[in-house]
Amino acid sequence: MINKKHFLTEDLVSNQKPKWCIGCGNYSILKQVQEILPIIGVSKENIVFISGIGCSSRFPYYMNTFGFHGIHGRAPAIATGVKLANSKLNIWIITGDGDSLAIGGNHLIHLLRRNINLQLLLINNEIYGLTKGQHSPTTKIGKKNKIDKPFNTLTLVLGAGGSFVARSIDRDTEHLKKMLIRCYKHIGTSFLEIYQNCNIFNDGVFNHFTDKKTKYDNTIFLEHDKPLIFGKNYNKGILLDGLEPKIVSLEETTYSIQDLWIHNEKDRTKANILARFSDKNDFPYPFGVLFNEIIPCYDQLFEEKYKSNNENYTFDGFIL
Amino acid sequence: MVIKKNTINIIIAGNSGHGIQLMGNLLANTATYMGNYISTFSYFPSEIRIPYDTIEGISGFQITISNSNILDYGELCDILIAMNSISFNKYLHKVKKGGILIIDYNGFKSKNCLDHIKHNNITLYKVNTYINMYKLLKKYNLKIKDIHNNNMYILGFLYWICNYTLNNTKKYLIQKFNEKNLLNFNIESLNNGFFLEKNNHSIINRFIIKSNNKIFKSKTINGNQAIALGLIMGSKKANIDIFYACYPITPASNIFYYLSKYKSNIKIFQAEDEIAAITSAIGASYAGSLGITGTSGPGMSLKQEALGLAAIIEIPLIIINIQRVGPSTGLPTKNEQSDLLQALYGRHGEAPIPILASKYPNNCFKIAFEAVKIAIEYMTPVIILSDSYIANSYQLWNPIKEKNLKSIYKNNNITNFYPYQRDERGVRPWIIPGMIKYEHCTGSLEKENLTGKISYNGINHQKMVNLRHSKINNIINYIPKQKIEIGKNKGKLLILSWGSTYNIIYTAMTKLLKFNYSVSYSHLEYLYPFPIGLKNILSNFKFILIPELNNGQLIKLIRYKFLIDAIPLNKIQGTPFTVSEIIEKVDLILNK
Repeated sequence: MINKKHFLTEDLVSNQKPKWCIGCGNYSILKQVQEILPIIGVSKENIVFISGIGCSSRFPYYMNTFGFHGIHGRAPAIATGVKLANSKLNIWIITGDGDSLAIGGNHLIHLLRRNINLQLLLINNEIYGLTKGQHSPTTKIGKKNKIDKPFNTLTLVLGAGGSFVARSIDRDTEHLKKMLIRCYKHIGTSFLEIYQNCNIFNDGVFNHFTDKKTKYDNTIFLEHDKPLIFGKNYNKGILLDGLEPKIVSLEETTYSIQDLWIHNEKDRTKANILARFSDKNDFPYPFGVLFNEIIPCYDQLFEEKYKSNNENYTFDGFIL
Repeated sequence: MVIKKNTINIIIAGNSGHGIQLMGNLLANTATYMGNYISTFSYFPSEIRIPYDTIEGISGFQITISNSNILDYGELCDILIAMNSISFNKYLHKVKKGGILIIDYNGFKSKNCLDHIKHNNITLYKVNTYINMYKLLKKYNLKIKDIHNNNMYILGFLYWICNYTLNNTKKYLIQKFNEKNLLNFNIESLNNGFFLEKNNHSIINRFIIKSNNKIFKSKTINGNQAIALGLIMGSKKANIDIFYACYPITPASNIFYYLSKYKSNIKIFQAEDEIAAITSAIGASYAGSLGITGTSGPGMSLKQEALGLAAIIEIPLIIINIQRVGPSTGLPTKNEQSDLLQALYGRHGEAPIPILASKYPNNCFKIAFEAVKIAIEYMTPVIILSDSYIANSYQLWNPIKEKNLKSIYKNNNITNFYPYQRDERGVRPWIIPGMIKYEHCTGSLEKENLTGKISYNGINHQKMVNLRHSKINNIINYIPKQKIEIGKNKGKLLILSWGSTYNIIYTAMTKLLKFNYSVSYSHLEYLYPFPIGLKNILSNFKFILIPELNNGQLIKLIRYKFLIDAIPLNKIQGTPFTVSEIIEKVDLILNK
């Protein structure tokens, strides 16, 4: 299926020019999406981008596919209706931290609970951009927010029963593309959090994940079946002491790679521990696929139910 | 003594949870099966199992049975069935002179209350269900909690009094109970009530209702069931799937049940909230199904933002509001028609949406069907207003021939690329995902005329507002001209109404006309846009009376639109008007 080109990246550029601020991380995300779609093997007319309200939610207007720019927070509910009406469609929800974690929080958790087969890209800039810089449910305390404790997005998503939970970042274009393709391949709700820099209201909030000096100590890129190693010269590792993660130095002789935690995408318990790294001091933020499991999708069960119902109309004599 | 009657009124009342509504429904079904017309009215508390024998816990079912078409459910009754002493006390004054009173003596706590009735020439049947119930509980090895009470025994006795067949009810019981002992308990109770109970009484009085052969073996329908059928037939005529999304709310919830009863291309989705219900329905319509969502007042308020979305993207959508008493949770199982202005104005921005209102249970079919036709043919959301009285009332159903229903056409004749290119009626094409070469983005931002691209241009916005408005206004070319229901075309007084007040007002009208009052009646099914001819009708009368179960909503629209100082008649007590309330008001206006 992969590499079968139905259309080109250029074909996905819409006739409406993006109106994001110059330097906005959304440009990169748009570009990576436009690059992976031609190679994943889905017909262009069957792709639908559905969004809510916010900077990132303008995304569908800039894609030359079917698109639906909805109302604030409701993209998951709209998308659920679209998918249940026509399961053949390949649906991408584009949403932001305010859109899906504040006003649309209810729909997000129920989408994850139902595990509708679609992709959800949560473009998280930890700020309200379109309304000019108010704190969002992911804004860290200390940044435009003194008392309002933020969500840990990934534990929320895992707690709601998410079947595919991943994180990437706008500036790491190769990783982002890899994650987008993984999202597409997963059957169920694929949740991808993308850290995106708002260079107007929250500039540099993710710099420590991208600056050469700091990124190696602050990020850990997960790969299935590989040990948890990070640091500038891959000099640090993480091991599990019971249920307690521990950072160890690989430069000393006490621990070797064999002692480290081997990432297993299928392990929900360990995925929760990974998701909690960001709540701990000195721990790197996990990027990549934290968790991935095939569980029944509501849309498939729904369709089967209605196929089996599709008998002749019986009206008990009400209609002749 | 057996008295043959053309019409009788029956009230059944007792503890909520003791199957009062079921007894009423079964009686209604049997009556129409026997060739009688019916009109019913239900009232019950919103709580599920209120402590027994309290005034708040009374569930009641009022029914008129007749050999000719009747519309009102009557104010007094010929037969009262009181399942406990509380309901006996509440309804005794409603029993007509010479009427019959059946009491479940088992449910009576204080027995001395029965002394009152001796004066009023009422036949009293003291039925002690206790003996039958305990005999059968033992026989079928059941416990009292499986049964609650012995309503089938009383119903069987009522059938004997009315000379009705047991077969129709037995058929229902067989479908309802899988458990054999429960089934046998109920069937035998029904039989015993019918065949044996008469032996316990010395004086025997019976009422037999003449049957009408033309309608023999007819079925009954309630408002919500008729809405479901109308939606199904509409979608069938349009050849598209229904996507019905809802969040449970009284009194709209059972539309969900009636839709799922008819196995067909109906997708039913219980959403996480009212907002998800309407937005998923919008999503389904965007993907080519007919999105429908049903709710009641509080849920309607939650859906308001999404109504604007459906209006700006111009997509077929049906929103059903089964009105109840508000504001807020109000009196959730009682009746009111106070959401008209909400339906008309409950939105942000300029977002006209057609509104249709049903007038009685049967009429819900037509209203739902027409709503589907308008939604699809005009690419617009449509609001249906019904209310809890219509939703819970039963009426004889005249079967509809599928081939006689109107056709419904989708506007998918796309001759050009533009998603907001309009035809001569102002309607845009329905382009759905999956259509090759028609990829485009639609959404909540204002659209450039024709192309549908984002446009912030003020001139364009005004143009789009006007285009959307004139599309909705064009619907008046489709809907029927407003007519006089009953009475002369000119006169002193016109009664103008909408919604569920129809039956009562029509019944009052027939009485008023008999006494030569100069009064006529016109009823609105289309509340937005108003039909052609309404202005002309209004101008032919000196007085316009507008009775409404609210504090004056239609009257505001009439005053504003036609500059007529109409006279209000408002009732906000959770119950419908009575015939005499209408007659008194007319008399007051015409004889002052």
